[in-house]
Amino acid sequence: MSTPAPVTGLRGRHLLGISDLAPDEITLILDTADAMREVGERPIKKVPALRGRTIVNLFFEPSTRTRTSFEIAEKRLSADTLNLAVSTSSVVKGETLLDTVSNIEAMAPDMLVVRHASSGACHQLARHCRSRIVNAGDGLHEHPTQALLDAYTMRSHKGRLEGLQVAIVGDLLHSRVLRSNLLLLRKMGATVRVAAPRPLVPVGIEALGATPCRTIEEALDGADVVMMLRIQLERMQNNYFPSLREYFTLFGLTGERMGLAKPDAIVMHPGPMNRGVEIASEVADGPQAVILEQVANGVAVRMAVLYLLGGGNEE
Amino acid sequence: MTYILRNGRVVDPANGRDGIFDIEVRDGVIARVGQDLPIPEGAEVLDVPAGCVVTPGLIDMHVHLREPGQEHKETVASGVAAAVAGGFTAVACMPNTSPINDSAAVTRYIRDKADAARLARVYPIGAASVGSKGEQLAEIGELKAAGCVAVSDDGHPVKTALLMRRVLEYAGMLDVLVIDHCEDPTLKGDGVVHEGAVASELGLRGIPGEAEELWIERDITLAGLTRVPFHVAHLSTAGSLRAVRAGKARGIAVTCEVAPHHFVLTDEALRGYDTNTKMNPPLRPQADVDALIAGLADGSVDVIATDHAPHHADEKALSYDQAPFGITGLETCVSLTFDRLVHAGHIDLTRMVELLSVNPARILKVTGGALSEGAPADITVLAPDLPVTIQASSQHSLSKNMPFEGWQLRGGVAATIVDGRLVYRNLAVDGLGAWPSASVQ
Repeated sequence: MSTPAPVTGLRGRHLLGISDLAPDEITLILDTADAMREVGERPIKKVPALRGRTIVNLFFEPSTRTRTSFEIAEKRLSADTLNLAVSTSSVVKGETLLDTVSNIEAMAPDMLVVRHASSGACHQLARHCRSRIVNAGDGLHEHPTQALLDAYTMRSHKGRLEGLQVAIVGDLLHSRVLRSNLLLLRKMGATVRVAAPRPLVPVGIEALGATPCRTIEEALDGADVVMMLRIQLERMQNNYFPSLREYFTLFGLTGERMGLAKPDAIVMHPGPMNRGVEIASEVADGPQAVILEQVANGVAVRMAVLYLLGGGNEE
Repeated sequence: MTYILRNGRVVDPANGRDGIFDIEVRDGVIARVGQDLPIPEGAEVLDVPAGCVVTPGLIDMHVHLREPGQEHKETVASGVAAAVAGGFTAVACMPNTSPINDSAAVTRYIRDKADAARLARVYPIGAASVGSKGEQLAEIGELKAAGCVAVSDDGHPVKTALLMRRVLEYAGMLDVLVIDHCEDPTLKGDGVVHEGAVASELGLRGIPGEAEELWIERDITLAGLTRVPFHVAHLSTAGSLRAVRAGKARGIAVTCEVAPHHFVLTDEALRGYDTNTKMNPPLRPQADVDALIAGLADGSVDVIATDHAPHHADEKALSYDQAPFGITGLETCVSLTFDRLVHAGHIDLTRMVELLSVNPARILKVTGGALSEGAPADITVLAPDLPVTIQASSQHSLSKNMPFEGWQLRGGVAATIVDGRLVYRNLAVDGLGAWPSASVQ
């Protein structure tokens, strides 16, 4: 039996979504992140891998943690970085997404890290742009670096992804974190159960590789990993569920409910958390929570992605 | 002026004809249809190329010509040029212009532009309510007098059941057809594509097929209550078709149309986020497409209409959720119908002519739909085996928003004749070079 040669780089020009990555590429990113994490533990947290490269963080949607995480990752790789927060409302009505980005491209950046409120925005840009594009979240579609940092965190605790039982609970409908995680976990051989109030469960979620559960208890039963998704407070106004109080009663993660998961299960959350809505503070601050570790790993994983996409020689 | 269209295969279901005939056109009127007609003195002879089919002029009962108000997308003149190049001798245009066509002034403006263009006939469709706002009944009597053949609030489903009842009663009294865009706006919400596994995967907000079906059930029920004919615009789901069939079976005068993109594409086409796959109703899954094709074949679908909806490239360059709904259709309809329905074995030529000519003429109660002696000479010559490569750059519409670029299809249009005038000639068809030149070619 022949073993395929290990991959040494990513096959695509861009990172638009987990859907574009093969399992060996995911493993490569996670392995590279191991080395990058070590950089973050040094007294001088900087390597010259991307020296002379220009990376523009183009955020059409407000973000603090993802943008900060990318920026730190870029600086640790010695890239020249520029943050542009283009609030969609300030984009002159009628100006196309492509026009906005073409203006930035005219200044010849090497990479664009793009977040946009519209699903598919990065895919549309990738058809026209010379720069490499890293999707930092497009609408309800994908948030690939979040899924990668989640996988990295799971792997560092469990030693593997294959065979893990993952429970994901919260606003499934509006979550790009969910979609990227489902794609990644399925590719890597984990199984996923999801739970949410029925109006927040996307139609056809089974086709995305998740088993929907009616209750949080059913989803948590025997889980190795429990991932809670943020409940946006305004969802209540659209009758996705009646009240935050009832949400917490039916779907909130409490210490008691955590007892249904495996004793060594870890608790994850992409942030920002609503304490007392999707997660009780006793769990969020408890020994099983790895939420701040996810944030730390986010820098390492983003360094790995940027390095693998932009560190090599241009073809 | 007199000429003879000689030796064409004539498919004219309304007159029970399918065979080789000559057609004599005199002063814009079909003078005679027969075999081996004598050639009157001074008459020109136009030999119909072998393999071509002569049919009553095709009628597209659902287009958007955008004028007045959105001339950057389409004008009446460019729209009718696209129409005749697509084989259509007549189009009915929706009232969502700017201003809305809810007055005789706008209706006459559109007709004046159409008269000046002298290509396809244009039948304006008036608004059912003032400003299509769903509040006050429009002056349908005045609209009819100015030339409207139907009323619709188009992209805005007629807002309340009570108003829809009034529209049906009042328009029915005036013998004006009522057309509704059937979609429950409250269930549609902010959806942009069909709600299903593909939308969930792509993170695009969904519109369930039931939003259409609920509204069709409402309207059919009201058509039954008022005993007034009612036409469903761009029907797109299996459930909607079930509702129409059931309505017809109960004796309700309900008819419906299907757009080519709904029998050609599924929601799988959304992958890649090409905004030219965004239209309303949205592309549906295969099961719906199969049901529509079955309905087109068995007669429960009455009409193929394009919902030709031109948008400027800049507008379609927005992100998927912000780009406008709609694609052009006038210049791809015949090729898609030939390739995907006729040559695929789902329908025969007779049925194609019923769907594109006989039935729309009957439903709109306008001239055409038959090659009868004494009728205005609105004639389409089709080339069923012509290899066609769809290219936006060679189309006549001002807008290029369609998802069929580069498609290679079998079947196209050879020539279009309106009021006896040769208005379109396709020089890619062998033999048409010998015909007189046309305004569009």
